[in-house]
Amino acid sequence: MDSPVILECRGVWKLYGAQADSYLSRNPAPQRGDLSRNGLIGAVRDASVQIHKGEIFVIMGLSGSGKSTLVRCLSRLIEPTAGEIFFEGKNLLSMPERDLIRIRRTKMGMVFQQFALLPHLTVLENAAFPLDVQGVPRAERLERARKVVELVGLKGREDYYPRELSGGQQQRVGIARSLAVEPDLWFLDEPFSALDPLIRREMQDEFMRLQNMLHKTIVFITHDFDEAIRLADRIAVMKDGAIEQIATPEELVLRPATDYVAEFTRHVSRSKVIRAASVMTPLGDDSFAGDVPHDARIEEIADRVEAAGLPHRVMRDGKPIGQIGRAAVIDVLVGRR
Amino acid sequence: MMRARGATFWFGLFALTWALSAFSFQLSKAWDARWLLKYPKAWELPLEGAIKDALNWLVEDAHFGLFTFRDLTRAISALVEVPYQILRDLLIEGFSTGIGDSAVQILPSLSWIAVIACAAAIGHYARDWKLAALVGGCFLYLAVFGQWESAMITLASVLVAVPIGAVGGLFLGIAAWRAPWFERLLRPFLDLMQTVPVFAYLVPILILFGFGPVAALVATVIYAMPPMVRITVVALKGVPEEVLEAGRMAGCTRRQLMWKVLVPSATPSLMVGVNQVIMLTLNMVIIASMIGAGGLGFDVLGALRRLDIGGGIEAGLAIVVMAIALDRASQAFAERSQRARLTGNVLQRHPWTTTVFVVIVATLFLGQVFPGVQTYPRDLTVTTGPFWGEAMKWINVNFFDTFEAIKVVILNWLLLPVKKFFGGIPWAWGIAAMALIAWKVGGWRLGLLAALLTAFIAATGLWPKAMVTVYLCGVSVLIATVVGIPLGIWAAERPGAGRVILGLMDTLQTLPSFVYLIPVVMLFRVGDFSAMVAVVLYALAPAVRYAAHGIRSVPEQLIEAGVMAGCTRAQLLWRIKLPMAAPQLLLGLNQTIMLALSMLVITALVGTRDLGQEVYIALAKAQPGPGIVAGLSVAFIAIIADRIFNALAEGQKRRLGL
Repeated sequence: MDSPVILECRGVWKLYGAQADSYLSRNPAPQRGDLSRNGLIGAVRDASVQIHKGEIFVIMGLSGSGKSTLVRCLSRLIEPTAGEIFFEGKNLLSMPERDLIRIRRTKMGMVFQQFALLPHLTVLENAAFPLDVQGVPRAERLERARKVVELVGLKGREDYYPRELSGGQQQRVGIARSLAVEPDLWFLDEPFSALDPLIRREMQDEFMRLQNMLHKTIVFITHDFDEAIRLADRIAVMKDGAIEQIATPEELVLRPATDYVAEFTRHVSRSKVIRAASVMTPLGDDSFAGDVPHDARIEEIADRVEAAGLPHRVMRDGKPIGQIGRAAVIDVLVGRR
Repeated sequence: MMRARGATFWFGLFALTWALSAFSFQLSKAWDARWLLKYPKAWELPLEGAIKDALNWLVEDAHFGLFTFRDLTRAISALVEVPYQILRDLLIEGFSTGIGDSAVQILPSLSWIAVIACAAAIGHYARDWKLAALVGGCFLYLAVFGQWESAMITLASVLVAVPIGAVGGLFLGIAAWRAPWFERLLRPFLDLMQTVPVFAYLVPILILFGFGPVAALVATVIYAMPPMVRITVVALKGVPEEVLEAGRMAGCTRRQLMWKVLVPSATPSLMVGVNQVIMLTLNMVIIASMIGAGGLGFDVLGALRRLDIGGGIEAGLAIVVMAIALDRASQAFAERSQRARLTGNVLQRHPWTTTVFVVIVATLFLGQVFPGVQTYPRDLTVTTGPFWGEAMKWINVNFFDTFEAIKVVILNWLLLPVKKFFGGIPWAWGIAAMALIAWKVGGWRLGLLAALLTAFIAATGLWPKAMVTVYLCGVSVLIATVVGIPLGIWAAERPGAGRVILGLMDTLQTLPSFVYLIPVVMLFRVGDFSAMVAVVLYALAPAVRYAAHGIRSVPEQLIEAGVMAGCTRAQLLWRIKLPMAAPQLLLGLNQTIMLALSMLVITALVGTRDLGQEVYIALAKAQPGPGIVAGLSVAFIAIIADRIFNALAEGQKRRLGL
């Protein structure tokens, strides 16, 4: 990962309960048992992540694992009990209210699970709301809002009120609103969890379409592992407030750091995650049926490789780096690897 | 095991209380202990003098550096007086310059036609044509039936008090939402404001602000504001956390967050609060006619004093009509949804505003030529007074014996025995029993609170009167519950009947408490029985509503499980629905008690001998001390009952895992 770090947190804790602050300063590294004995709940425990410019960073975990709390610490909607958070090199936690508001107005956007639209504003006004708060003149902000509303595919519904829209459409408004200020850092807190499976799929595609156009830095929260591997560049798996592992989807599947992660990844359809380079063997044969890119997912090349009598060459930067044959693909497909 | 012990406790407590009540006289004779029966005078708290001194000090000496307390009350008076006078000019008297005989009218008041047009326009704006017709019709009724002037005086008071109460309540609520310590500070005051009978604070307000409409308005605002504060806090807390976060992530400052996110999102709930403020204001404006507000309440009071049956019913009906108009219109505002933007020029966008404006101007000029346009012609008014008078006479002639028989039976078999039971309880045991009940229900803290509050009542020397209050309230609540819960169940089981019953209850609840006195006095004259009937009528609504709501909110699956297990309808009701609805029933009972207590004080007007009478006498004599002490006693009874029943409902909920 060579692009610059845009958001970083180090050793972030969020404890709930009486005297959470003083407890942590007395016991810098408590275990879970220590916390519950003292009547504290460790919503986030010693979390450290680095988020690079332009990546989609997914925080994955079951409900109650602390992923929503962590993302709220990252955006400082919640004050962490301990730890440091840097946004573009500036300490977010020691920042005065005014600077924080400026950063939120210009550099951050957030999409919420239950959409969090303002019921008294129309689609257009909702999308224009962050601009309104900044004091952008009415005509200009409505013009800019019109563009994002069109971008998310709601052209023609600008004057609807949120309750007149379906869930998927409401979340499109939420997305439009979070994009209106053209943020650099985009938080999405389980944006599609409240939607029906079919709509969810559609919205994921829509999201990828937007990201291919906009190239934002994204922190995406989900409890759905399939969604995570579909969208993520890197995934942080959380359990009981602590981060179990941070890795690419492929690494998570191939080299799970803990039993918990292994259990999680066991039922994933591996062909959707594993890429050619991970299962190739050294170049040996003389003749090949064709070439495949090194980062192609097995799912994408399975038909081709399996149908051919000869193995395929795996190519990176125009050079062959290995070969992949029928046996390797079948191993992945039936889950032997 | 637990249950059996609980039953033993309750039975033992009741038996002991009954024995002590029945034989307290003999006991005090045998032990030669008069203190058993009567709280010793020497132990009474010298509260009445202290309150009087404190008020005197406030009025005479208190000052805050730059200004005195008296300056403050004068400033408040002026602040309230100015808008009130403007509204009176606008609605009734017309604007004029100069004073007394040299006054010259420069602009007449709004014509009755213009006021009706305004009312109808508001109805249409809030919902639709039907509401416009209803509200307009209500106001037309006031004109046709000759209640116009009084109604406009009442309306002027309402229009001044409502904005002050609503906005003041909103700001206090916002402050309470922002600062939890402020909410904790405010809560006991809110509890007291809502439980201290209104008469009790009329006296100090009279002393601070003098007799007249301003004092009445101040009392009204104090009375109507607490629910708005509560509803504001609840409404703001009810805004989803995510919406708040969305506002913060958009970069809102604290003020933007409040006024651009929280308050607009909470508007539907806040409008429910405004509706409450309006209804309470109307209720209080009527009561406050006693300290010089004038208007419809004054007409009713005057008619009651003259025993003018027809006039009383006429004015009372006008109050009912006005209450319905105000309630429906403000409720429609609460339910009003945003509509699509209108386009076009000013006239096209605001057809109603334009129409109303045209009507106002047109009637202004026409009124100069045809007086009938300005003021509804007197010869065209219809008076129903004589009709009602005759009707009442007819009822009394033909059904006197029936009513009398009902009255005597209930008096002899219910009211008097219960009165004897409560009246006989020695005060010391009363305190102990209250403490025991509260302890059993809600733990030692609640027990201690109940003991202290009950001891306060004894220490004011008002124990016997307090027992009369408890007995009247108890019997009324009993009857209201026995009638109300079956009605509620019926309403929940049969949707058709439910619409009628709940609609009727809605209307009953919007009526100012004063109105209930009129028919009761007409039919049963004065006394405990009349008071009880009025209280039952007033307090019936919550028993019905909570029962209906409780039964309706039993989860469908539970009922289906019952049906599949082969329950009959009766078994479904007794084994599943009623137990599940128990917490709701208890909360309904709690509300019934609260309403009963507040109404009980007003029934002092029809001659009860309880704490309410004490407050009322203090009001008549303008003695702040006894009024406040008796008022606080009523409030403490209410608070004890409220805490106990809430604790019961909570316990029940926990047992059911709700």
